[in-house]
Amino acid sequence: MRWAVLQFPASNCDQDAFHVLKNVLAQDVEYVWHKDSSLSGADAIVVPGGFSYGDYLRCGAIARFSPIMSAVKEAAAAGKTVLGICNGFQILCETGLLPGVLVRNTSLHFRCETIPVRVENPASRFTSDYLTGQVLHLPIAHGEGHYVADEATLDSLFQHKQVLFTYSDAQGRNTPGANPNGSQRHIAGICNRAGNVLGLMPHPERASEKILGSADGLGLFTSILASHGVPQAQAA
Amino acid sequence: MLDPVITPELIAKHGLTTEEFQRIKDILKREPNFTEMGIFSVMWSEHCSYKNSRLELRKFPTTGPRVLVKAGEENAGVIDIGDGWGVAFKMESHNHPSAVEPFQGAATGVGGILRDIFTMGARPVFLMNSLRFGDIRPDKPNAATNRRLLSGVVSGIAHYGNCIGVPTVGGEIYFDASYDGNPLVNVFCLGTLKTNEIQRGAATGVGNPVFYVGARTGRDGLAGAAFASRDLTEDSKADRPAVQVGDPFIEKLLLEACLELFQHPEAIVGVQDMGAAGLTCSTCETASRGNSGIEIDLALVPQREPGMTPYETMLSESQERMLVIVRAGHEATITKIFEKWDLPCALIGRVTDDGFMRVKNHGATVAEIPAKQLADEAPLYKREATRPADLDERQKLDLTSIPEADIHDVLGKLLATPDLASKRWVYRQYDHMVRVGTVTAPGSDAAVVRIPTGENAWKYLAASVDCNAHYVALEPKLGALIAVAECARNLAMTGAEPLALTDNLNFGNPHNPENFYMLQQSVDGLAEGCRAFDIPVTGGNVSLYNQSPAGPIDPTPTVGIVGIIRDVKHITPSHFQNSGDAIILIGDIGEELGASLYLREIHGLKRGRPPELNLDREKKMHDAVRSLIRLGEIRSAHDLAEGGLLVALAECAIGGTKHLGATITLDLSYSRLDAFLFGESQSRATITTRPENASALVALLELRGVPARRLGTVGGNELKVQVSGPTPHEFSWDVSSLHQIWNGALDSYLS
Repeated sequence: MRWAVLQFPASNCDQDAFHVLKNVLAQDVEYVWHKDSSLSGADAIVVPGGFSYGDYLRCGAIARFSPIMSAVKEAAAAGKTVLGICNGFQILCETGLLPGVLVRNTSLHFRCETIPVRVENPASRFTSDYLTGQVLHLPIAHGEGHYVADEATLDSLFQHKQVLFTYSDAQGRNTPGANPNGSQRHIAGICNRAGNVLGLMPHPERASEKILGSADGLGLFTSILASHGVPQAQAA
Repeated sequence: MLDPVITPELIAKHGLTTEEFQRIKDILKREPNFTEMGIFSVMWSEHCSYKNSRLELRKFPTTGPRVLVKAGEENAGVIDIGDGWGVAFKMESHNHPSAVEPFQGAATGVGGILRDIFTMGARPVFLMNSLRFGDIRPDKPNAATNRRLLSGVVSGIAHYGNCIGVPTVGGEIYFDASYDGNPLVNVFCLGTLKTNEIQRGAATGVGNPVFYVGARTGRDGLAGAAFASRDLTEDSKADRPAVQVGDPFIEKLLLEACLELFQHPEAIVGVQDMGAAGLTCSTCETASRGNSGIEIDLALVPQREPGMTPYETMLSESQERMLVIVRAGHEATITKIFEKWDLPCALIGRVTDDGFMRVKNHGATVAEIPAKQLADEAPLYKREATRPADLDERQKLDLTSIPEADIHDVLGKLLATPDLASKRWVYRQYDHMVRVGTVTAPGSDAAVVRIPTGENAWKYLAASVDCNAHYVALEPKLGALIAVAECARNLAMTGAEPLALTDNLNFGNPHNPENFYMLQQSVDGLAEGCRAFDIPVTGGNVSLYNQSPAGPIDPTPTVGIVGIIRDVKHITPSHFQNSGDAIILIGDIGEELGASLYLREIHGLKRGRPPELNLDREKKMHDAVRSLIRLGEIRSAHDLAEGGLLVALAECAIGGTKHLGATITLDLSYSRLDAFLFGESQSRATITTRPENASALVALLELRGVPARRLGTVGGNELKVQVSGPTPHEFSWDVSSLHQIWNGALDSYLS
């Protein structure tokens, strides 16, 4: 299958996503520049982490106006897989492909560490290689990962099983101390109603090789491959 | 606008002596104008010219088979790491700016060192830092100010490094009252490059176009280099305009655009970043290196605001700017790339052959100075050095007057000191994982980072920054020697062999002979250490005038060493790994309490002679640990440093993620239990190994001339220490309580 990794000015996890797809999963992957208007037929699009446009104004607020985002919206409407990681999640929210918004961590500090993340719904194209309630160890690295939406939206997200990941403790409990940024209802990652667009704050691409401390993120990529009918890739 | 008249007061305000002003007149064969005097004042500042330290720096060994670019030759040294790959790395200070404006001061420190690295053609792959502040504990003087400085500096480093996507993988932070009002912010950066793609900063080829790329020039950071070359005073806050304002977003674009440009070697003649002394430094240095001249017109320089004078434009230290000398006919290559990245790119001048740096403004010449004499012929001073009168007295230590403190209590207290406490509060604000290279995260003896050298091909680098300034303050040469030894030791613990060293010499005002003695002795110590471990110095930075009205800082010659680990299998953690593993102490028990953390924290004494260092023994220890690691015999290795044996054992238990206790039996004779357990004798480490191999390993170490003995076994929830002898003692600590104390201490001081 064909992958596109978007590059905005000051994307900085683009090369990491590219590396995992190409070197760990042997995928056909290309960078797509933000000024381009075509995704040249990619089956899956990664909106990577970073500080697009310096995160000036508001995280992801300027990136939504990039020419490439029109193509991403079309691809999403056509059912293509769209994966937004960290700043990519913020961009997808700003673009309106996902509901809600990400605001400043309640601590007011940037926070980078590997933390437990619970799988809420394995019945999605992003999580089929995980189990319900499985606790993954995934790195986070963000200053604005505090997910906010109105009560009705939050209820609806849970009702339609769009919440795929929440922050938990190592035993899988959503305790207050396990919430790194103040996210409402511990939300770490959500998909759209159609189930083809995912945004999450944790970085699965940083946890796809054992030498980096955790390979728990690889399952997210292999789930996507499986949903596209690609035989289970050799995990590193 | 009319230039001010040059008066003796104005000359003095520029930090130029009467003799230096005369020398300027001799060079120019006339009076300088205001702009020219400004240009000389920044180029001849200590920050740019090293005029007070250069004679000392010549003592460093700078050559070796792996050295591709030597210290002082370019913006950073380059070391060969094999298979066609090299690393460029360097450490640089931003102390003065951080003292008056911690966030921007530290942020632009990161920005500056990043540019030094990518100017060489290297992609920056990791950052580290070495920080010093006054004490932050609520009951200490100036604690609120020190906390504000620490918070601001950490946020500034995080802001810049996180945004640009270069991980901050390690560092060190220490606290002492001598840094009240004068914090130290030393930032280290390493980049990788193909050895045949090293960029040079020389302007050659008469008629070649000179391009200015990156951010527009504004009025920020005016004469920052000169500001950094005088003492901090009560009035230094008024120097805030000398602090630059950074924009990591622009730097990220500049980085990517430059690396893309470097893929067109046919188009590039030379490149130099605009750091200290900005446009001035980059133009005269490239001309000097190229044995050529350079001519620019300031009217063509992209400017942030109208009405800037030539003086301001030449002395601005606005960030995120580079000078690129392009081969004539290839102008389109550079303009196209910078257009893609939406960055200003302007043709501002040409390379000439008359040896002059000629600056015009709308065609009218405003400065005309021989480039070589400006860049390379600053006056050199051999300063007077006097051993501080009170040093011998401060080294005296009468242990009989010092009561032995309660051992159980002391360990908890030491782990809660800002010096020893977990730095999690700091490093979790830094993105330390971006670029998927961080194999050993912050909180270990040294950072380990994998470097891609092809498709699924990697090299493994280890790096550490170190300096125990208390040792240096009490015996500078020995202290500096220990800094090198400890840094190399940290690398050895991870399985790495050292390749090269960068240093950051932080000292007080060099006109004070006692301060200069500290500098001179420290350089002697560093040089001796480098020779002993056979590691060249590939560059660094000198920061003098680190003193506030209360006096100079403790002399702090920080070193950063980069090493290489031959095989991924050799990467060794610091902390206990498996229950049942045998714990072996390498090195002697020692009972040296001089200059120790124990004396400072428990008895309030900053005195005594630092522990002795036997270089031969130290080297043997490193070699032995490395070879045992390569044999696959070592499961964890941690060096003994501040706090001595007991603190090291506790760190092995509470660091990392496993939190395993240990049972230790010390069947040895000693004179004082506190000196035995908290003394800081050098050349020591604790390693763990499979229990069945322990006695063979001890024998093997002894055979190599490295003292070793089995101390106990890993396991349980407690750290238990039994001391036999005429008065047996038994201590035990709950590992999770120790972890809690250590892990939460900084949070409690800073919340």
